[in-house]
Formats: sequence, C-alpha cells, structure tokens
Amino acid sequence: MNIPPQGRQSLGGRILSFIGQILLAVIIPLVAFYVLYQGFLFLRDSNASRGVIASVAIVWGVGGVALLYWIFNNLVERLPDAWRTRFLPFVFVGPAMAILSWYLAIPTVRTFWISLFGRDGPPKGLNLLQQLTSSAFVGLSNYKSVFTESLMLEAFRNNLMWIIFGSTFSVVFGLLIAVLADRSSFEKLAKSLIFLPYAISFVGASIIWKFIYEYRPANQPQIGLLNSVVVSLGGTPQAWPQWVDVAPWNNLFLIVMVVWLQTGFSMVLFSAALKGIPDELMEASRIDGATEIQIFFRIMIPYIRGTIISVWTTVVIFTLKIFDVVWVMTGGQFGTHVIATQFYRQSFTNQNSGFGSAIAIVLLIAVIPVMFYNLKQFREQEAF
Amino acid sequence: MAAKKRQKNLGKLVVNGTLFLIILIWTIPTLGVLISSFRIRDDIATSGWWRVLPYRDWQAVKEIDPKQAGLDPNGVMQVEGVSGTFEEFRAGVSTPDGKQITWIGNKRIGKIEVQEQVWTVDWNFTLDNYKQVLGGQDFKFTKPDGTIQIIPGDNMSGAFLNSLAVSIPATVIPILIAAFAAYAFAWMKFPGRRAMFIVVIALLVVPLQIALVPILRDYKALHLNGTFLAIWLAHTGFGLALAIYLLYNYISGLPRDILESAFIDGASHFTVFTRLVLPLSVPALASFAIFQFLWVWNDYLVALIFLGGNPEFELVTQRMAAIVGSRGSEWHLLTAGAFVSMLLPLLVFFSMQRFFVRGLLAGSVKG
Repeated sequence: MNIPPQGRQSLGGRILSFIGQILLAVIIPLVAFYVLYQGFLFLRDSNASRGVIASVAIVWGVGGVALLYWIFNNLVERLPDAWRTRFLPFVFVGPAMAILSWYLAIPTVRTFWISLFGRDGPPKGLNLLQQLTSSAFVGLSNYKSVFTESLMLEAFRNNLMWIIFGSTFSVVFGLLIAVLADRSSFEKLAKSLIFLPYAISFVGASIIWKFIYEYRPANQPQIGLLNSVVVSLGGTPQAWPQWVDVAPWNNLFLIVMVVWLQTGFSMVLFSAALKGIPDELMEASRIDGATEIQIFFRIMIPYIRGTIISVWTTVVIFTLKIFDVVWVMTGGQFGTHVIATQFYRQSFTNQNSGFGSAIAIVLLIAVIPVMFYNLKQFREQEAF
Repeated sequence: MAAKKRQKNLGKLVVNGTLFLIILIWTIPTLGVLISSFRIRDDIATSGWWRVLPYRDWQAVKEIDPKQAGLDPNGVMQVEGVSGTFEEFRAGVSTPDGKQITWIGNKRIGKIEVQEQVWTVDWNFTLDNYKQVLGGQDFKFTKPDGTIQIIPGDNMSGAFLNSLAVSIPATVIPILIAAFAAYAFAWMKFPGRRAMFIVVIALLVVPLQIALVPILRDYKALHLNGTFLAIWLAHTGFGLALAIYLLYNYISGLPRDILESAFIDGASHFTVFTRLVLPLSVPALASFAIFQFLWVWNDYLVALIFLGGNPEFELVTQRMAAIVGSRGSEWHLLTAGAFVSMLLPLLVFFSMQRFFVRGLLAGSVKG
C-alpha cells in the first residue's frame, strides 16, 4: 500500500495515469458487457430446453464477471511497480463506479433533461443547443402539469395517506410487538411469524389480500374472510379496495397490506434496539416505583429514539415509491393512483416520457433531505 | 408479596394473550391461501376456507319420496308434523325439535330430506391445483348437466426457472463487483477515493424510477430489451450502492494485523482479497445475498419494464400478476400459484433467518 507521493510524478506521468485509470474503469465493464452480450445472442437463438438455457445463463453470467476481474488483475500485475499501484485500485473499484454511473448517477441528469421536453423526449441527432431550441423543448411545463393535473393531485393525496398511515402503523405495531415479544414466553416463534410476510412478494401479498377482500353478491356464500365477517355481523358485502363510495379511504385497504408486510421489519429493528437497553437502567426505574407504562414512555422510547427515526424514514421512503401493490390490486383505478403508478402509466403506457420523467424527478426531490442526512452522518464519521 | 406475584402472573397472561391474538391476525391471511391451495376447485369457489374447521351444517338423516308419501307439491303439504307449500319447503322448514325439512330438486322429480344439524368439516384436499399451475396441463371437468368444460392450466414451472435464471446471477454479480469495490475503499489508497465513496452514499436512496426511462432507451438502442442480461445488469446497478456500503462497513472492520502480515509476506491485493477477505466476509456476503435474492425474486417493476415485451422470459411475479389480471376469479390457480411463488423466499427466510436479521440490522434496506 505504498503509494508514490503525487508530487514526485511528472505532469505527463500524472496525465497518463489518470487516462489509464479512467480507461480501466470503462474498459472492464465494456469488455464484460460485450462478452456477456455475445453469450446472450447465442442463448437467445438456441433451441435448448428452458432448464439448460437457465443453467448456462447462470454459469455464463457469474463466471464471466469473475473471469474478467482475474484477467485484468493479471494484466495490471505485469506492469512495473509504480504503474501497478496506480492502476490496481481502479481494476477493483472501477467497474462498480462505472455501473453505478450508468445506472443511477447519469440517469438522474438524463431524466431531468428528458423532463424538459415533450412526450418523445429530446429529438435525436441534434446537439444540446439545437435540442434546446427545437420545438420539443417545453421548459418546465411538464412540472406544471405534474402539480395541476387532477390524477396527479389524487396521486399526491394518496401517497400522503400512504406515508402517514403506512409508516405510522408499521412503526407503532412494530414497536408494540417488539415490546410484547420481549416479555412473552414464545418470543422466537412470535417474531418469526410476524416477520414472515416480509419475505413475500407484493404480487404474492396481493393475491393473499385479494382473497380476503373477495366479493360475492349478498345472496351467495362469501368466500372472502372480510365480507364473511361483515355479512355475519349483518352488514352488506363490499368489493373493498374498489369501493369508490368511501374514496379516498378505500386506499386504507391497500395500506393495510403494506403494514402487514412491513411491521416485521420494524419489529426486528426495534427488538434489537430494546435488547440494547442496559438492565440496570430498567431495574433502577422499577425499584423507584415506575409503572411499565412509564418505563415504556420515559425510558424505552427515548433510549431507542435513533432507531425509531431511522425505521420511520425507511418506511416513509418505501411507501413514497409504492407501486406493485396498487398496480396489481387496482391498477390505479377507483381513486387509488399513487406517484409511482402515475410514473409508470405516463412513461410506459402513455409513452409520454417527458411527463413521466418529471414525475421521477419529483420523487427524487422528495428523498433529497434523506440523502443529505446520510451524507452528514458520513461526514461525522471521522474514520474514512 | 403474594399480591405482587399474582399481579405479575396476570401481567404475563395479558402479554401472552395479546401477542397470541396479534400473531393470529398476522398469520390468518397466509394460512387462508395455503389451505385454499389444497382445496378442490369447486369447494374454493363456493365456500370459505374456514370450512376446514369444524362447523355446524345440515345433514340428511332421512329421505322421503313425495310420490310414495302421497304429497301434492301444488298444495299445502304435511311432512313430519309441519306443513308448508312447495316454495316454503324448498327454502327449508324447521321442525319444533330442531330438525329441518327441505325439498331437493324440482316439483316433478324431487325428494324431501329431513336434516339435522351436525358438526362437520370439509376435508377434501387435493394436489390438482399445484399440478395444474405447474404442469401447464389442461383439466377437463364434466359439469353436472353433462357438458365438458376445459380449464386451461398455467405454466408456472417455466416462469419459475426464468426467475431462478434471473435471480441467481442478479444476486452474485453485484456481490462480486461490490466486494471488489468495498475492498478497494477499505484497504487501498488512491486519488478520488473519498469522492467516490460519497457518490456511493448519495446514491443509496435514489429511487430507481429515475433510471427507468433513460436505461430503457439505452437498452432499445443496444437491442438488449427482453434479455436476461438486461435485467441482471439493471438489478446489479440498482443494488450496487447498498452492496458496496454494507460490504465496506464489514470489510473495513476486519482485523488489520491479519491483512498486514499477509502483505508483508508478499501477497498481492488480489490474493489477499480472494484468499483472506472473501472467506472472512462470508457473514456479510450471506446477509446481503439473502436481501438481494429476495429483492430480485420478488421484484415486479424492473421485470415489467425490461422483460415486459418477451413472454418467453416471463418471471414468476409477472406470471402471477398476469393470472390475477386475466383469470382473477380462478382461486384454485391463484392460491396454488401464490404458494409456488413464495416457496423459495420462505425457504430462504426460514433456513437463514439469522443472516437475514443480521443483514437487516446492518442496514439492508433498499433505497
């Protein structure tokens, strides 16, 4: 790990090493991509059985990437010492940074650029200045529609409901269950069962809950649990998430599903945090005559405040981007659209990429405070 | 003292009771679908799954042939001490001793049943739903009126294989790439190290929606849309920031002297990485692998966009969503299919719960 001090290099050497580093970072993913791509053309055109194709694909994809690191490492290790120490880190870190740039960093700028244009995005084959002066350039008018179109406003309202109810209930239930489980005689089993839905896909969860909400006309036997309970209590059966009469409250029938799924997550985190409270603290307050409720509010909650905040933010970000549940359950009908379903509808169903991109940028802006918070946390860690 | 003990016991009872109730509520949704997936198609469609629990139902204890008993369905009839018209008997007339008398069938060729309420369960279980949803084979049913109805099956096993072919590389590739990067961030010094790591942290919470439109354009230009490669790379790109961050936290915490003595012995970075760091980091790699695997397996949006055009490569989630859309009332397919799609995640969940929890505590939550 002995790096030659930067000052000792000649300017030419530094430029050369910089170019080499960039090249390495770009070349490895490009070669990897090319090799994988060729393999794919072969797989796509072959008529082998599905199982064979699947296993070849797995070996190809995983082995190919590993092999490339090995080859490039060997190439760089043949270089003279000084060059090797300059280049080797970029063999290691380069591919990751290149992929991150292609898939997340650069798309942020590109999506913003697309959002300034009409439905087909910036016209192809023009340079930036020509694009700006072309008729496809619409400025901020996509953003204006994002904040004025009625379906979008509905989506914002629903997303707000998702964030408020979804995060509150998952956090409160998670905390409650964590505290109860801690004192119960079957902690492990209880935590496993509550945590279990977290492993289920939203599509799977949608089927599970659709079955609970299943509606049959009043004179037939109900096969959905909820309607069956409602009928036995003398009510009329409803198709719950589609029940427009109570809009926007029919969103709650979708939000329940995510609470069911996410509570396990917050429970696990809270449970670990509660176990970190020193026993002496709890004992001392009990001896001082504090009731269990006082202990909960005066000792536990302040002690795990950090965990509560981070769990809350996580669930908020999660519900902000909620998509699968709504898309599979209602497709956004019956007044249940959210931002992400609107994004999908505009970008891919309506093929209005300008509008869709503007929605994506709004989503990004919404998470920027969390991003800054993370960066601030990172700066405070002196270790790096 | 005794009073205090009694109070403590009562408290324990309340805690256990409340928790039991919550667990029950949390489990019932999954349980209902699991039980239904083994019930016969017609049973699912006509009665609730809770019929597998004991319930009271009317069961015939005696049959009467109306013609032999000399009853005239067009007038008021006397049966077993109660009287009523045909319509009343069709709906069921109850006798003073708690029985019910019901006319089954039409006026010409009907029969009268004397029914008693008994405890019963519906325990007709079958594997047909699974065969149908996995095998893709059509099932023929002969309806009561003699017509034959053909119910097309559904080929989930193909989708299952596709999901595997997507999930395994989409789990291993990002881990490999991230482990190399995490090692470099932790144990190498190079210009731009801090700046690059700040980029990684900033990208942790960026919603993937931001990338879908531009990446789809790239894929279309490269004719990559609808291939496995497209979706592997997409999942790699979207999971990489978190993977680097988590693995960095672990790898940078490895004991310094072990690595340094290896360097003094003349080991290269590559050797140290493959021989020392990777084996030592297995717990962290496993935690992230579980999360990435579950995330990819359960993903719907990314698959919908990058594999959407190609029915050959449909994944389990897409297949299920398609069944919900086109055959949403065929609960025998939906319930069995839902369980097929959950099988692997639940297996991973139960067998590796320890790693799963550890990963969660380390911050395995996707932005």
